[in-house]
Formats: sequence, structure tokens, C-alpha cells
Amino acid sequence: MAQERKFKIGKPILEVNNISLSFGGVKAITDTSFNVLEHEVRAIIGPNGAGKSSMLNCINGIYKPQQGTVSFRGQQIPNITPNIMAQMGLSRTFQNLALFKRMSVLDNILVGRKLHTKTNFLEVALQLPKVKKEEKLNRERSEEIISFLEIEDIKDTPVGKLPYGLQKKVELGRALATDSTIILLDEPMAGMNVEEKRDMCRFILKVNDELGTTMVLIEHDMGVVMDISDRVVVLDYGKVIGDGTPDEVRSNQKVIDAYLGVEH
Amino acid sequence: MKPVFMTYTKKDIINLAICMVLSVLIIPTFIKTEYWYTSILIPWLCLALATIGQQIVMGYTGQLALGAAGFMAAGAFAMFNLILRVPDLGFVGSLIMSGLIAAAFGILFGLPSLKVRGIYLMVATLASQFFIIWMIDKFGWFKNYDSSGIITAQDIVILGKPFTTPLAMYFVCLAVTTVLTLLAMNMARGSTGRNWMAVRDMDIAAESMGVSLLRTKVQAFAISAFYCGVAGALFAFCYLKSLEPVAFDIKLSFKILFMCILGGLGTINGAFIGAAFILLFPVLLNAIGNNVFHGAIDATIISSIEQVIFGGLMIIFMIYEPLGMAKLWENIKQKWKTKFPSINLKNLKSSLSKKS
Repeated sequence: MAQERKFKIGKPILEVNNISLSFGGVKAITDTSFNVLEHEVRAIIGPNGAGKSSMLNCINGIYKPQQGTVSFRGQQIPNITPNIMAQMGLSRTFQNLALFKRMSVLDNILVGRKLHTKTNFLEVALQLPKVKKEEKLNRERSEEIISFLEIEDIKDTPVGKLPYGLQKKVELGRALATDSTIILLDEPMAGMNVEEKRDMCRFILKVNDELGTTMVLIEHDMGVVMDISDRVVVLDYGKVIGDGTPDEVRSNQKVIDAYLGVEH
Repeated sequence: MKPVFMTYTKKDIINLAICMVLSVLIIPTFIKTEYWYTSILIPWLCLALATIGQQIVMGYTGQLALGAAGFMAAGAFAMFNLILRVPDLGFVGSLIMSGLIAAAFGILFGLPSLKVRGIYLMVATLASQFFIIWMIDKFGWFKNYDSSGIITAQDIVILGKPFTTPLAMYFVCLAVTTVLTLLAMNMARGSTGRNWMAVRDMDIAAESMGVSLLRTKVQAFAISAFYCGVAGALFAFCYLKSLEPVAFDIKLSFKILFMCILGGLGTINGAFIGAAFILLFPVLLNAIGNNVFHGAIDATIISSIEQVIFGGLMIIFMIYEPLGMAKLWENIKQKWKTKFPSINLKNLKSSLSKKS
């Protein structure tokens, strides 16, 4: 991260303000606020059950928090749904893989091009010239992503038949295909071996570097997190216990306690 | 405008050409008996079309719907009334309009899919089946106040020419089915089909990619009902030649469901395979009963055996090949190719040219 970046880290693009989420009596997130700056790699870490995935689900609109707001480019979004967030330029991957299992890798990634597809079903049924033009553009972009992720040889395989590591890659590809300004990655490296992790890190950094895409990621591997992220927010029991650069977080006593345990 | 076929591969065009030659040239020259047209080919085309409709909503979009026959009834009676009351529309115009009327019902009865899913949705869609049939029975206007209960369908007249012989009706069905099948294939392979399948496989991820669940599901229901409506109109006008609500009862809905599942969920050609199988199988059983056992087996027993075998096949397919006969066919082709790689037109040609 030492070299000069093409996309300088800018103003806050995504702000999470005082979010509280509970399921019945269980409080998943309590009064949590943090922000994400444009073009940065932002990590959310924390022990199991700290509310990290719930946090992403709140940002993405899958969960509706009881309190708090999410702002995108300084604008508060009143009624968040996954669809609205996608249209605003926020894409994501899921912790437990949410791919379209019976569709091929290419088709999965093409679904990511949905928001760049303007033709309606009648035009598609009649295969009007503009449909063909659009389809060609979408396919070209998808092929680009496929070759970027080095998965050309499996592009026609149904995703359900692929091993876990490759599925994670396809999911990243699908998120990239949206050309979003922010991508939320929910444990992109879970269950991967060292080599696959290294690959994934390379892809994440490369996307961030070349396209300037803002990355928000949840990760358990501390080494990885400290290496690739610009800033880290640490959650524990649904609360922010640390926020700052990797070095700041590493020396934060609360964070150390949360991870190593405290003597009582 | 470029021709429609530009996005197809060479193989598709060859397949289409074979189907067209077979259905337009070979079948009319070799099959002369009326029985084949009136009892097998025409219902096959109509039901295959309805099965495509079922495929769109169930195989592609993953919404368990059971009411295809209701939409067929809507299409058939809409057709009857349009020809009766708006004769200026003409046959083709009425056919499209009746499809659209069925599509309107499709939208209405597709709305529950937003809240309920799976087997519960199936029960909710049953409402369409019963409501449409009830509506036609209840209000005499739909049947033009005919007291007999069975109305004779009007003759098919296209551009002033009557289409009344079985062969002519076969061609009408063939033309409509071919056009609609091609359109369905275009949709299924294009961005529309990808949206449907995305909703089927993982709706929450589809939504996060910007696919609207509301629009996609309702769209699938509407298109499905359009196909069923057109199929129903053809079914009544070319096959039954009469209109009665009883013809479109729940049994027909189940038949179409079976065709869809046995043929292969999420395939267009599966609709044709499934429809052919379900239609031809009873014929085959009867033939066996008559020719092998010389009528020793009672006809009622044969029809019971038919039910037993269908049920058994459904279970076997669900367990061993959930993707149905279309997938089975693919597998056979694949095995054939790996076993005899030389029997391939391209290899044959290249090996021939090498020799010379």
C-alpha cells in the first residue's frame, strides 16, 4: 500500500449512523456508527456473533434496523431495500454463498449486469438489434471479468458443481459485473487455503487499485485484514470497540481484550 | 433489421431446420389418416404450448403454480367472445387478444407469489383454476347465453380463407407454436430468462443484483398465462372444436404439470417431449392392450394402469433425474459422443478430406 494510488482516498461515501438491530430480545447491533471513505478498503472485524454480517445486511437492506440511518454520498436513504441499494451502486457477496446454482458461471456474472440491461422482455423475445448490441456489450464485460479472475476454463460449468473456493471467486465476479462504486464482501476468504486467499487478496486490491471501487469486507484472518485494509472497524457484542488504521487497532487495548479474552 | 436467427448457434439452426422439414414436409406427405392430426398432433402442439407456459413460471422462475388449465379456459372463452363480438379482429388478432386477456388473469393470480412460496403458492394459484371456471359457468354472457352447456367453436378463418380440414388446422397450430416457441427461447436465453432463473435459484441475491422480485415474478406469471391462453384457444378451436368449461378442469392442469416435470423443468424442448410422452403413452398402452392381449384387458383397467405408471414415473424421475427427459436425452447424446467420437459429421468430413 506504500506506492502512490491512482484513486486517492476521498470523502465519506457511506455512513452508518447509530444503527440498532435486534431480533426479538436479542440485540445484534447496538447504536453503531462508522463511515467508509471513497476508494478505501475498509474491514469490519470482530469475534463470532459480533454482528458483522448483520451490519452488512443492514447496509444492504436485507435487515431493517429498528433505529439508525444509512447515508450514501451524504444522502440519507429512507427506505432501504437490496434493490434500491443496487441501483445506487452498492453490490455485495454473501457469507454462505448465494449463487445461482443451476446457472453457468458466465450466466451468473451476466446477472450482475442486470442494471446495465435496459431492454424489456418483448424486445428480448423479438431479438431486436438493440438487444443484441446490449447483450454483446454485457457479454464482453463479463468475459473481461472472467479473464481477470482467471476462471476462463470453467465459465460454462454450472456453479453448483464448482468447489467452494471457485464459487467465492464467481461471487466476487458477479459483484464486480455490476460496476458498483462500493462492494460489500462478507467473508470472501472463509474456508480458503493460503494460496486461494493470496489470490483473493490480489483481486480485491487490484480492483480497488484499478477501478477505484470502495471495498468493505468482513474477514476473520487477521493477517489478511491488517495487510490489505486501509482502515478497520472492530465490533464486539454489536458495539464498535475500535476504529482506525490497522496499526491503531492492533494496539487498542479493548480490541486485544476482545480477541484474547480478559482475566476477570 | 437482422434476421431473428443471428444469435443462434449453427447447431440450433440445424435443429430448427430438421424440425421444420419434419413437421412441414415429411409429416403431411406421409401421414394421411385424419386420426393422427385430430387426436395426436394437434393436441400435442396445443399442450406443448401450454407446457411452455408452465415451464416459464415453474421451470424457469421456480414458482410452483398449478392453474394452467384455468388460463387456458380464459384464453378459449376470450377467443370465442372476441370472434363473436369483435369479428373485425380476425383470427390472429383474436388469438393475441385472448392471450393478453389470459395474461391479465395471470398477473392477478401471480400476485400471491410475492408473499407465499412453494406448496402454499400452489394452493393459492389453484384459486385461478377454480375462479375462472366458476366465472364462466356463473355468467351466461361468456357462453353467449347458450343453454346446452357446450358451445360449438366458430370456424377458423384467416384472411378470408377457411381452415377447417385437420391438415389446415394442424398448420395453424404449427405456425403459432413455432413462433411462440422461438420467442420463448429468445427470452429464456436472454437477459429475461437470466432474471427468471436468478429469482428461482436465489431470490435474495437476485434482488441484491438489482433484479426486482415483484416485476420478475409478475412478468413470468403474465407471460406464462399468455402462452396458456393462446394454447387454450387453439385447444378449443382446433382440437375440441367446442367450448365447455369442464374440458379445462383441474385434471388438465395436473396433466400439464406432469408434462412439465417429466419433460424436464427449465427446458423448452422438454415441454414438447413431456407433452408427447403423456399424450402418446395411453395410445401405446391401448395398442398393447388391443394387439398383444386382444382385448382381454378391460379398457378401464388399462386407464388405471396408465395412472399407476405415470405416478411411478413421476417418482422415479424426481429421484433419479429431476431434470426430466430432456436431460436424459442430453445424457444419452453425451454418452454416444464419448463412446463413438468418430460418428460426428465434422470428424467424418475431415477424415474423408484427409484420405483424399
